[in-house]
Amino acid sequence: MVIQAQVRRRTYVDSITLMQIATALKGLPGVENAAAVMATEANLQLLAETGLHPGGVTAGAEDLLLVVKATMPEAAEQALQAAEELLTARQPKKTLLHDGEFALAASPQPPHSLEEAVRRQPEARLAMISVPGPYAALEAELALRAGLHVFLFSDNVPLQEEIALKQLAQQRGLLLMGPDCGTALLHGVGLGFVNVVPRGPIGIVGASGTGIQQVMSLIAQQGSGVSQVIGSGGRDLSREVGALTTLAGIRLLLEDEDTRVIVLVSKPPAPEVAARVIEEAASGSKAVVTCFLGADHEALEQRYGSRVVVARTLTDAATLAVQLAATPASYHAATTPAGAIAARLERLRQTCAVSSASGHLVGLFAGGTLCDEAMQLWSALLGPIYSNIPLEPAWRLHESSLTALPGHCAIDFGADEYTRGRPHPMIDPSQRLQALETVADQPRVAVVLLDLVLGYCAHPDPAAIYAPVIAELRRRGPRPAIVVSLCGTEGDPQRLSVQAARLQEAGATVLMSNAEAALHCVQLLYEQEESGSVA
Amino acid sequence: MSPSTPEQPSLSPFSVINVGAELFAEALRSQGVTVTSVAWRPPAGDPALLARLLADPVIDRANEIAVGRMLAAEPVLVDVQPARTLIPLFREAEGGYALLHAGPPISWERMCGPMRGAIIGACLYEGWAGNEEEATQLVETGSITFAPCHHYNAVGPMAGIVSPSMPLLIVEDRVHGNRTFAPLNEGLGKVLRYGAYAPEVIERLRWMQEVLGPALSRALRHIGGLDLRSLLAQALHMGDEGHNRNKAATSLFLRQLAPALVETGTSSAETASVLRFIASNDHFHLNPSMAAAKAMTLAGSNVPNSSVVVTMARNGVDFGIRVSGLGERWFVGPAQSIQGLYFAGFGPEDANPDIGDSAITETAGLGAFAMAGAPAIVQFIGGTPADALRYTREMYALTVTTNPQFSLPSLNFQGTPTGIDIRQVCRLNLPPVINTGIAHRLPGIGQVGAGIVHPPMACFISALQALADSRQAT
Repeated sequence: MVIQAQVRRRTYVDSITLMQIATALKGLPGVENAAAVMATEANLQLLAETGLHPGGVTAGAEDLLLVVKATMPEAAEQALQAAEELLTARQPKKTLLHDGEFALAASPQPPHSLEEAVRRQPEARLAMISVPGPYAALEAELALRAGLHVFLFSDNVPLQEEIALKQLAQQRGLLLMGPDCGTALLHGVGLGFVNVVPRGPIGIVGASGTGIQQVMSLIAQQGSGVSQVIGSGGRDLSREVGALTTLAGIRLLLEDEDTRVIVLVSKPPAPEVAARVIEEAASGSKAVVTCFLGADHEALEQRYGSRVVVARTLTDAATLAVQLAATPASYHAATTPAGAIAARLERLRQTCAVSSASGHLVGLFAGGTLCDEAMQLWSALLGPIYSNIPLEPAWRLHESSLTALPGHCAIDFGADEYTRGRPHPMIDPSQRLQALETVADQPRVAVVLLDLVLGYCAHPDPAAIYAPVIAELRRRGPRPAIVVSLCGTEGDPQRLSVQAARLQEAGATVLMSNAEAALHCVQLLYEQEESGSVA
Repeated sequence: MSPSTPEQPSLSPFSVINVGAELFAEALRSQGVTVTSVAWRPPAGDPALLARLLADPVIDRANEIAVGRMLAAEPVLVDVQPARTLIPLFREAEGGYALLHAGPPISWERMCGPMRGAIIGACLYEGWAGNEEEATQLVETGSITFAPCHHYNAVGPMAGIVSPSMPLLIVEDRVHGNRTFAPLNEGLGKVLRYGAYAPEVIERLRWMQEVLGPALSRALRHIGGLDLRSLLAQALHMGDEGHNRNKAATSLFLRQLAPALVETGTSSAETASVLRFIASNDHFHLNPSMAAAKAMTLAGSNVPNSSVVVTMARNGVDFGIRVSGLGERWFVGPAQSIQGLYFAGFGPEDANPDIGDSAITETAGLGAFAMAGAPAIVQFIGGTPADALRYTREMYALTVTTNPQFSLPSLNFQGTPTGIDIRQVCRLNLPPVINTGIAHRLPGIGQVGAGIVHPPMACFISALQALADSRQAT
């Protein structure tokens, strides 16, 4: 085994591109492992931990470091050569000049700064920012000062900086979505990880990217549409931030003529923040649906039920919003029937008696909110659900336990410990595929639930990756059953129906509602127990 | 106050700036959105500090004042006089044993080969020593005081050694009343500024002292001074950039001064030798240009709170900058090696690190900053005319303003980028670009090539910190 490294001085390439390059290198013959990183101290540390640190190479945070671990030196060299080509392919093509031709026509270089970009494109209204966390606040501040709305995808922005940025945005009458914002849609243009949906009467303000994607996809599938989607970032509804972006988003939707129904999607807000947010949303003449996953819904209903509709799942939020949008303006919230998922959960709770011997449910998720929603439903019926993002501290599951699961489990592969130095599972499925094979081998695992999220920025064809693996599992035997929670629309680049058909053909049960998929898993477990197919 | 939404895409195309992962830009483009992607790289220094300084309107106002003064300066070449009459240090130092050198302060022990050679040469020229050994001994016993040229408003190319008997060009800023100085250019080959001290070098220096200096003095006084700003503006339209190409400026200089040189000459043989000397040296006008650039940047100096760079200079070991709002303080980092082309028979192993005060031209918006006007010399860096445009275009991102007096035909007569802002240098992590000659690392061999070089980022990072500290203190 040899380790070879190459340093490109003062070359910056974004981490998503670098991770894609590293993934491509790992697939080359003779390559054991590979890394393409900016040589920051943190990254060098990471390389040391994974046995990829090239001794004797000096490189700093401004340098791009390529490392290949291969069986033979030739393989390593070929891989480094391939990396070179992949990096060069990114560069804008040089204009070829004929002899003697003066170079005035040469294409201008890309701008080096946001301000320069604004000078070149003065009509710009929004900045999309996804630089590493420590630098994100600087870029966001400069964008706000240049008069741009900001979609801030970067995470790891210090809390104090988030608050300062949101206050600045407020002063300037601008919208700061994020940090850690994954999804938005403004006037029909999707930003970030977003599904293609028709224009319609429902506006969404949400703190969770995949939560929003689930709601907007289901709205589209039910024939309705979306006016605006405003992402607020994961911490916006904390006491410290005080929902600055959520409140700005709500006001925007209240003034937006296309919006008739407002949906709020988030984890449970801090209580005093919830009160302000709901008061603000209910202050206008528009119907409001709240979906605060994991909140005390009964308390919410008691306190706010006369003014807003309290949905308990993303699916119910979408269904209720579509119904509300269809009813006349004189509608009164209290008359709305309870959501279908809530009702079905109640039925299952009364009828299903699942014993501890009946095998395990395992959820392998790319979307943190989808994972959270499934765990809420499962734990209501089955008790402890072990997870890396557990509902209760005692239910914490560690990465190493994948080979010996302690019970029903749900794992969020988008969490920090799985995405450090790797692309998000919505972009690169390899890590979750490996986990699927690992858990499927365990006889106690009865049902596996996978979420697949379609739309812009997601993997261009997830079925092409997952269907062969699922088909292979089916060839080996009937267990575990594979259920896919497929989040997307017909308008998405991947096409919902095409993806669903290929996954079904491979032997998966495909449901478009994450909550239904989660409940279906419990139903399967129950049926397997009834039919005595317990391993 | 409620946020205004971006306009309807149907009314005005929805338009986005992307900073970071290209994935997001591609998704937007596939929806028909106009996206400009920024070639982002991490900033240098503390991003929180940068955010604070970039948002500070006091600094912006101070910078407007600083560059306003730089642009308003009217450098006029008025005379040539012996250095001892112009540099107070030469009167103050004991026995008159003092020398000026290029770049930030440096001790003899740390000096590079060319600078040491030039110092030995200066000792011989001044008659302080009879040979190399005596000169070295004189220096090592601490008998000679050294100071940067910049401390006396002077600038010297390469080693930049100025001794009391040398004739200095005097540039007067007619608006602000400042006077700046530079020695006379000796030509190429074996010359003092590259550390040569052979007899013919010393002999040439004597001729410059006795013949060339007085002749130029008479002629300049005769015509009442030469407007260097106007001369440089014309030279930029004739393919010079004012640092590595001085052919046009030298020709213009000679054209304007020749009649007066003749009229005030003592003999036709002597006048001919003066004219021949200037005509045979394409870089003769580098030194007047440097003194003019020094007059401009001096005018912009000492504006409280300004983040504009007013000095960039190298001594062959350290690169130093000074910032308008930070007074006389130097911020230094290691001098870098130069990327460029070498004359036949030389290579990178022969090169001395970056040296000389000539980066004052870039500081004033000339040199590499005006490269778009000098496509003929991009071959020094193996480039095409497109690269010349690119160098200039990149520098606009670093500077506070453009100088309408130095316009660039190839950029539709846009002014050269002027007034380097240390905040932008750190934010973009893009050091200014400098055109320069390459000195041999051994004394006396001379120029071995030419190319481009950058200051080390460390100068700008430490200056930024100092600016933040000084803003905190107010």
